[in-house]
Amino acid sequence: MDLSQDAINQVVQEALAAFASAGSTVELKAARAAHLGDKAPIVLANKALGALPKEERKAAGQVIGKARGQLNQAYAARESELKAVELEQALKAERVDVTLPVAKQPVGAQHPITGLMDLMSDIFVSMGWEIAEGPELEAEWMNFDALNIGPDHPARATSDTLFVEPLSNHLLMRTHTSPVQIRTLLDRELPVYIVCPGQTYRADEFDSTHVPVFHQIEGLAVDKGISLSNLLGTLDQFAKAMFGDAISTRIRPHFFPFTEPSAEVDLRCFVCHGESVGNPERPCKTCKSEGWIEWGGCGVVNPRVLAACGIDTDVYSGFAFGMGIERTLMFRNNAADMRDMVEGDIRFSRSLKGAAR
Amino acid sequence: MRAPISWLREYADIPADVDGRQLAEVLVRTGLEVEAVDEEGAEITGPLVIGRILAFVDEPQKNGKVIRWVQVDVGPEHNQPDERYPQGCRSVVCGAHNFAVGDRVVVSLPGTTLPGGFTISARKTYGHMSDGMICAEDELGIGHDHTGIIVLPERDDFGNELHPGDDPAGVLYLRDTVLDIDVSPDMGYCLSIRGLAREAAIGLDVPFRDVIDKETPAELVEGYPVVLESEDCPLFVAVRVRGIDPARKSPRWMARRLAMAGMRSISLAVDITNYVMLETGQPLHGYDANALQGPIVVRKAREGETLTTLDDQLRQLHPDDLLITDDRGPIGLAGVMGGATTELNDATTDVLIEAANFSPRSIGWTLRRQNLPSEASKRFHRGVDPAAAYSAAHLAAKYLVELAGGTLDELETVAGSVPVPHARPIDADLPARILGADVPPTLAAELLRKSGVKVELIGSSKATLAAEIVGSAQHKLKLTTGEAPKLDLAVPQTMAVTPPTWRPDLNDPYDFVEEVGRKFGFDNIPSVPPIAPPGRGYTKSQRLTRVVSRAAAAAGFVEVISFPFISEGELDSLQIPADDERRNLVRLANPLAETQPFLRTTMIPGLISAAARNLSRGNEDLALFETGSTFFAGSGQAAPIPAVDHRPSDEELAEIAAALPPQPKHFGALLAGNWIAAGWEGPAVQAGWEQAFALVDTVALAVGLEVKRVAAKIAPFHPGRCAAITAAGETIGYAGELHPSVVAAFGLPERAAAVELDLDKLIALAPDGGDVASISTHPVAKEDVALVVDEEVPAGAVLEALREGAGKLLESIELFDVYRGESVPAGKKSLAYAMRFRADDRTLTEAETSAAKELAVAEAAKLGAVQRV
Repeated sequence: MDLSQDAINQVVQEALAAFASAGSTVELKAARAAHLGDKAPIVLANKALGALPKEERKAAGQVIGKARGQLNQAYAARESELKAVELEQALKAERVDVTLPVAKQPVGAQHPITGLMDLMSDIFVSMGWEIAEGPELEAEWMNFDALNIGPDHPARATSDTLFVEPLSNHLLMRTHTSPVQIRTLLDRELPVYIVCPGQTYRADEFDSTHVPVFHQIEGLAVDKGISLSNLLGTLDQFAKAMFGDAISTRIRPHFFPFTEPSAEVDLRCFVCHGESVGNPERPCKTCKSEGWIEWGGCGVVNPRVLAACGIDTDVYSGFAFGMGIERTLMFRNNAADMRDMVEGDIRFSRSLKGAAR
Repeated sequence: MRAPISWLREYADIPADVDGRQLAEVLVRTGLEVEAVDEEGAEITGPLVIGRILAFVDEPQKNGKVIRWVQVDVGPEHNQPDERYPQGCRSVVCGAHNFAVGDRVVVSLPGTTLPGGFTISARKTYGHMSDGMICAEDELGIGHDHTGIIVLPERDDFGNELHPGDDPAGVLYLRDTVLDIDVSPDMGYCLSIRGLAREAAIGLDVPFRDVIDKETPAELVEGYPVVLESEDCPLFVAVRVRGIDPARKSPRWMARRLAMAGMRSISLAVDITNYVMLETGQPLHGYDANALQGPIVVRKAREGETLTTLDDQLRQLHPDDLLITDDRGPIGLAGVMGGATTELNDATTDVLIEAANFSPRSIGWTLRRQNLPSEASKRFHRGVDPAAAYSAAHLAAKYLVELAGGTLDELETVAGSVPVPHARPIDADLPARILGADVPPTLAAELLRKSGVKVELIGSSKATLAAEIVGSAQHKLKLTTGEAPKLDLAVPQTMAVTPPTWRPDLNDPYDFVEEVGRKFGFDNIPSVPPIAPPGRGYTKSQRLTRVVSRAAAAAGFVEVISFPFISEGELDSLQIPADDERRNLVRLANPLAETQPFLRTTMIPGLISAAARNLSRGNEDLALFETGSTFFAGSGQAAPIPAVDHRPSDEELAEIAAALPPQPKHFGALLAGNWIAAGWEGPAVQAGWEQAFALVDTVALAVGLEVKRVAAKIAPFHPGRCAAITAAGETIGYAGELHPSVVAAFGLPERAAAVELDLDKLIALAPDGGDVASISTHPVAKEDVALVVDEEVPAGAVLEALREGAGKLLESIELFDVYRGESVPAGKKSLAYAMRFRADDRTLTEAETSAAKELAVAEAAKLGAVQRV
C-alpha cells in the first residue's frame, strides 16, 4: 500500500470532498462509512503501518494520525452544519395554524343570580357578618306573625302567598327570606350580624319585571345601641363595595310591618351619578334619568319582632334591609327581561363574563 | 289618591312659586310615594275661546239630521269681518241644539289642539265652510257629557263677566296640576285633601287650615233613631236634609275636581258625598230618607242573610260582616258599600247622611271576603279619623242646602262617641338613640307637635310614669308639671305623647320615633357603619355548596334556575312507580298553575323543561345543572301559631320543626346532544352516561368525597346504564342514561343522560379536613396485569379485589383496557390494569413487586378472574 505523503494527501482530499458534498446527515453518514469506516483507505493505511520498517513507521504514523484527525474534525463540523439546516427545515415544516380551535370542551357557567348572591355574601362576610339560611317551605308563624304581619294583613291572602295544602297546617312558601332572621334571633346568641340570601315565592304575575320565584338578600343586625344611622352606614358600605367608592345611598320613608321606622333605599345611579337629571342631552337608561335607583326596603327592626323572639327591647335594637337579586341584576347588568333569568336558556347564563360575574 | 294642587292650596298656604314637582319632593320626604305629577288640561293648546251666539239657522239634511249654521262672536282678536255684524264673527256648523242666541259657548278655532291630539281646522261640511267647533264636555276631556254643547253662565263662580274671546280655562276649571299619590297603609289619613294639605304645610313650614272644625257633641238622639250593637262601630252621625231638588246638576268646579281625582260625576247628592269624602277622608253614605223603615241598627250579619249591593250583586253575608240594617233587614255593608233598596235616586228629595266610624279590622275582613274594594272601604281599612265624622256630615249637609236647595233638619243623631286617644310614655332620648341623630327631646317634641301629637316633657322616668298611667282611670292621664316628681326639667327623661285622632298608626314608642325621623328628615341622619364582631366566615356546607356549583360549571355544565313545581303527569312520564319516595308529594293549596300543583321531589323535570326550551331555540348541545330544594311530604302535622308578645316555648318550636316537610337540597344535571361537536380534530362525541358519571366524579373529587358506582335499576334511568352513587356505604344519588321511553316521552335527543344527587348528604359525608400525603422519593415499580373475567363481573369489583390483594405497597391502580375478541372466549372480557408499587422506606426488589402482584391476582381469582398470558 502506498503510504507516501502524496498518497495520504490524495485520500484526505477525496474524503474532505465527499464530506463537503454530502447534502444531508444521511449522505454524510454514508460518506463517513466510505472515508472513515473499517474499509476506508485511511483506516486501511493505518493498519498497514505495522508492515513498514521500523525507521519509516514513526514518520508515516504521524502523517496518517494527522490526516485522521483532520478528517474527524471535518466530519463533525459538517455534521453540525447539516443538523442545524435540517432542524431549521423541520421547524418550518411543523408550523401549525395557531388560530385553529383546539381541544374543544363544553363551556360551563354558573347562573348570574348565583354569582351575584355569592358576590354580595362575600362583601358582608368580609365585614365580619355571617350567612344564615333557612327552609323555603316555612311555617306561617315564621313568615308572618313573628314579623308583625298580623292575621288580617293582605299579604296573607291566597292571592299573594303560595300556601301548602291544607291551609289549616299553616305552612307556606316563604314570601321573603325574613323568616331566616326570626330563626337566627331564636337560635343564636346576640349580637347577630347576618345576611340571608335565598329563593322566595309570591303568587305574583309573571312578566318582564316580575317572577313568582325569585331571590333576595336580607341583612339583620341586632346589638346594643343599633340605630338608623348604622343602617345608613351599612347600606353605604354595601353600595360602595358593589358599585364603586363614589356610590352612596339614600333612604325615603315607607311602611313595612316588621320595621319602624321603615324606609325604601335608593342607590345613587352608578352610570350617570345623577348627571342625567334634568339634562335631556345626557339621558340615562339605568336610572331613567332620575339619578337614583330603587334598590330595596329597610328600617329599624320593629321591637314587636324582637319581642316575639324573646329579646329584651330595652337593651337591644336592630336594623334590617332587603334587596331583590333579580332586580339588582336587571339594573347592574342591563337585563331587559326577568323571564330570561328563569327560563334556563344557556345563552343567558353564559353571557355574563369576567368580573361582571 | 289623586290630589289637584288647587284643592290642596285651599287648606295649605303653598307658596305660589312651588310647582307640582317641588311639592311632590316635599311629600316624598314625608313618606308618600308620588307616582306621577299630571298637568291636567295641558294637552289643549291654541285658540280655545269663549264665544257668544249671534245668530243661527237650522238646516235639515237629507240624512234626517238638522244642523245649525251658527254665527258666533269670538272677540275682536279672532272675529272675521262680516257685513251683518259690526264687530265681525266666525261661522260654524254645529250638530247640537241646546243653545240660544246670546248664549256663551266654548269655541275651538282652527289651530286648536284638543285632547287626543285632535287639531281643529277650517273645513267644508254640509255645504258650508265651518270655521271651528263649538265644544261639548267630552271633547275637552272634562266630562262624559255629549248630549249637547257647553253653555256657559254670564259670570264665572267668582263673579267675573265672561266676554267673547276670553280664555274659558278659568270658568271650566280646565287646568290644574294633579299629584297621583300612592299612600302606604300606615298613612290612611293621607287618603284625603285634608291629610295631604297637612303634610304639605308641615313639609313647607306654612300655615294649615283644618276643614274639620266642629267638635263632636256628646250623644244626641233627637234625630233619626240609630242603635249601635257592635263594638266595630264606635260612632254613627246621622244628619237629614229635606226637600232637595233632584233635578239640580253638580256645579262645574265640583264635577271637575271629582273627575281630576278619578271619580265620575253621578248626581249632585252623590257627588257631594264623594267630594266631602275626598276632602275630609270621611266616607259618607247618603240614604233616601223616605225609603228607610224604622231605626237604623248597626250589627253583625246573621247566618244566611243576603244583601244586594249598589253594584247589583246579591251577596251572601258572613256572620263577621258588619251591617247597616233597618226594619226590613240589611241595607248596607258597613263602610264597604250601600244596598240597593235605600239608594239615592233621581226622585230622592230627603237625604239622610251617614258619617260613621268602623273598625279597620272588621272592614278589612269584609272587603277581602266579599272582594269588594271601594273608596270607602279603602279608607276605613286604613283607619278614618273618628273626630271627622260630625264635621264631614255637616259639610255635606251644607252643600245639599246651598247647591241642591234643601233644608237642614235641626234634629240630628250622634250615636256612640269619638274614642279619645290616651297618653303614653316614651323615653325622651328614644328618638335620638334609635335614629342615631342629634335630636334632643325638645326638638323631638317640637317635631311631634307639628304632626298634631300632644307632647309633655317630664323629668320622671318612664317606669314612674307608666305606673301613674296604669293608676289613672280609663287611661285618661292628667299630666302636669305640678303632679310630676320635682326633677330638673332641663333634662327631661320622659315624653308623654298623645296621638291626634287622625293618626291611629301612632301607637308604639317606635311609631313616634319614626314620626320624629320623618319630620326631622331621613336625609339629615348621619351614615355610621356599625362595628360587627369578628365573624366565622362561611360554614362547611356553604363553602362546599359553592365548590360543587363551581366544579360543575368548570366541567362544562351550565347552571339553570327553574320553578320547583311539578305535576304527577311528569312523574308518570319519568316512570316513577307509585310506591317510590319521590311520590311523597307536597301539594300547594293555591298553585301558580293548576297543571303543576306539587313541589318537586326530583330536579329532573325542571332540567328537562329547561332542555326542551333550549332545544326549541336551537341550542342543541346541552349540559345543564341545577341545585335547589326538594320537598317530601312529612308528618302532616299542623304548625302552631304561637303568640307574638314573647318567645315561643321550646315545645311550640319543636312542633313547628316537626310540621315542616323534609327539604333536602339536590344537585341535578342533564346531558343531551353532543358533548363535543364534530370538528377538524375528529368526529363528534355524543353526550351520554359517560359524562354523567364523569360529572359525579368531578363533583365528588371537588369536595374530597370518595364515591363508588354500583349498577342500579331505578326510574327514570336505562336499566343497564344507571349507577347508584354510594359513599361510606350510603346511597347519595343516581346517574346514567335516561330510559329510552323517558327520552321519547319528553322528546329529548337519544341517549340523553342525567344525574341526581342529594347535595346535603354529599356535603355531610365530605371530609372536614385531612392530612396531606408524605411523599416517598424511592423509585416506582410498574406492573401491568390482564385478567379474563365473565362479562357480568364489574371492572370496579376486579379493581377492588386487585387493590385488596396487592396490599399497602400498591400506590395506584388504573384500568387501561377492556378487550373482547380473538383469544378471549365468548361471554368473557379481558380487563387490563396498570399497577404502580412503591414503598416509603426502600427501593422495592423485583421479588417483592411480583409477590404483591401475585397476591393481587389471587384475590381477583375469587371473582373468577384468570390471568391472561
